[in-house]
Amino acid sequence: MIAVFRDLFRYNGEFAIGFMIMMVILGVAATSFFSPYAPIDSYLVAMDAPPSAEYVFGTNSRGQDIFWQLTFALRNTLAFGFIVALISRILSLAIGLISGYAGGAVDRVLMSVNDTFIVIPLFPLLVLLYFVLRDDMTWFVLALVMAGLGWAYDARLIRSVMISLRTREFTNTSVFSGMSMPRIVTQEHLPYVLPIVFSTFMNNMNWSIGLEVTLAVLGFTDVDTPTIGGMIFWANQHSAMVSGIWWWYFFPTLFVTLTFIGLFLLSISMNEYIDPRSRLDRMGNS
Amino acid sequence: MRSYAIYVGKRVLQFALVVFVGISITFLITHLTPIDPVEHSVAQVSTFGFSSPESIELLRQSLRELYGVGDNLWEEYLIFWQRLARLDFGPSLSAFPTPVSELIGRALPWTIGLLTVSTILSWFIGNIIGGLAGYYSRNRILRIIGMIMMGLHPVPYYIVAFVLLIVFTFLLPILPSSGGYAMNLAPGWTPQFLGSVLLHSILPSVSLILVGVGSWFMGMRALVSNIVTDDYVTYAALAGVPERRLVTSYVMRNAFLPQITGLAMSIGAIFNGAVITEQVFGYPGIGRLLVEAVHAADYSLVLGITSIAIIAVSAAVFIIDIIYPLIDPRVQVTQ
Repeated sequence: MIAVFRDLFRYNGEFAIGFMIMMVILGVAATSFFSPYAPIDSYLVAMDAPPSAEYVFGTNSRGQDIFWQLTFALRNTLAFGFIVALISRILSLAIGLISGYAGGAVDRVLMSVNDTFIVIPLFPLLVLLYFVLRDDMTWFVLALVMAGLGWAYDARLIRSVMISLRTREFTNTSVFSGMSMPRIVTQEHLPYVLPIVFSTFMNNMNWSIGLEVTLAVLGFTDVDTPTIGGMIFWANQHSAMVSGIWWWYFFPTLFVTLTFIGLFLLSISMNEYIDPRSRLDRMGNS
Repeated sequence: MRSYAIYVGKRVLQFALVVFVGISITFLITHLTPIDPVEHSVAQVSTFGFSSPESIELLRQSLRELYGVGDNLWEEYLIFWQRLARLDFGPSLSAFPTPVSELIGRALPWTIGLLTVSTILSWFIGNIIGGLAGYYSRNRILRIIGMIMMGLHPVPYYIVAFVLLIVFTFLLPILPSSGGYAMNLAPGWTPQFLGSVLLHSILPSVSLILVGVGSWFMGMRALVSNIVTDDYVTYAALAGVPERRLVTSYVMRNAFLPQITGLAMSIGAIFNGAVITEQVFGYPGIGRLLVEAVHAADYSLVLGITSIAIIAVSAAVFIIDIIYPLIDPRVQVTQ
């Protein structure tokens, strides 16, 4: 495991950069535990102060220190993405495995349902859900709903990998040498599938964070829980652009963009790791 | 021909399934509501001083049927479908008493136009550059373009649109910041009006394209770099097929096919992006209508847009699916 990590870091530029970006992001998010202010308290510091030595990222029109606000926002946003990705990974892994192994009618039915979920546009549905639930639409409810709707694309991917693994020579060999099917799945096949699950994990986090930011910017989430989208929402509410408080937009946008790029780089480096040909190509070049 | 009919039949079934599941989810969500939308909306209309009793009764009637305040859930479900089949969502609350279907009908062409143009453009740009980058994998310029495209791809639509808005209307005011056309022009097929529409669509479509090209680029590059090592390509190269023809007719043509399937699968996500982009640029399409409807607490309009969006997106996917075999000759050969 450590050797894999070291090789990735040494030979894969994307991984190294992505990893460092994510370390910075996680570091900033972790400092929220040392924040001198409670996340939703307002009018604590001078309003609309530009970035300075005292307030690194400045303060906003609600009298909050943007740096500390950002640490909470990053923590919540990352946790949100993590929960959605975790639950939807479990769903897509289960459905992909069942569909890939069972084949036949089970596979056809599951994949029809799967394709249905790929096609349905989620955004109007999520807006409708917020519209109906209003204040009951908490951060956690949204995460559960998005996990329940966001598994389909990756389930198809995992299914196709499972089908190709099932027909490989070594699977037949294991079957003939008397290995039980659950053991083949966990010991022989899972090592192939796990890197894909990790890679889709990052992609799914990006997807869910992107949707959450969008919903929050429009004010369609629980705006009292500080998230990146929520910060931009409040900046819009106070017309920060008109009054020239650019730092209120700039820092949340910068950090969320960094998060996206970091997660994305990790996911594509994982993809290259899965494909041994490109891995060798890289090692040969450097 | 017969195999094509069977193929289309299967796609029709899948289309029906998507609409069925999507609309059923919509129905379930609306029935989770803890408050009674009917009386809430009627009360809101009455307080604004709309006093025509017929219109209010019409609103009450349609809301009751759409939200089903009866006691049998199954019956409500059937009535909901009947309403939908007639595309009758009753009068809108925020633009009372204009029917919801009329508001949607007015906004839909804008969204369809914006989406079609930007989807087709980003598909072609991403695939062509991606194909070239896969073929000439050591080319420095293509690598840099690729890195920019891939870097933009994970950034959410909102952020890209917002940054473009700031740069091109605030810091460097050369493009209009909002709307679908200049306010002082009357809609019509005049060159001035069309020019204005085009000018106003630049920023929204560019932001959709910037986010969209990355995934086509990556997919195409991966496909092409696999095909390049295939035997038939090596053979053709040795046989002296000119490089230009090799790239276009031998390599790229084959790689385009799976990308068409990819297009069908990503329509839903692209639609999500368009909704947001419209909101940022105040574009008069479905997306802005939806956001405004939520802010105005217009139940019938929100429900109508959600249902229409599901049907429209699945119809788009259906169209791509049935065109696909006409482009891919292999589907006709197999049974």
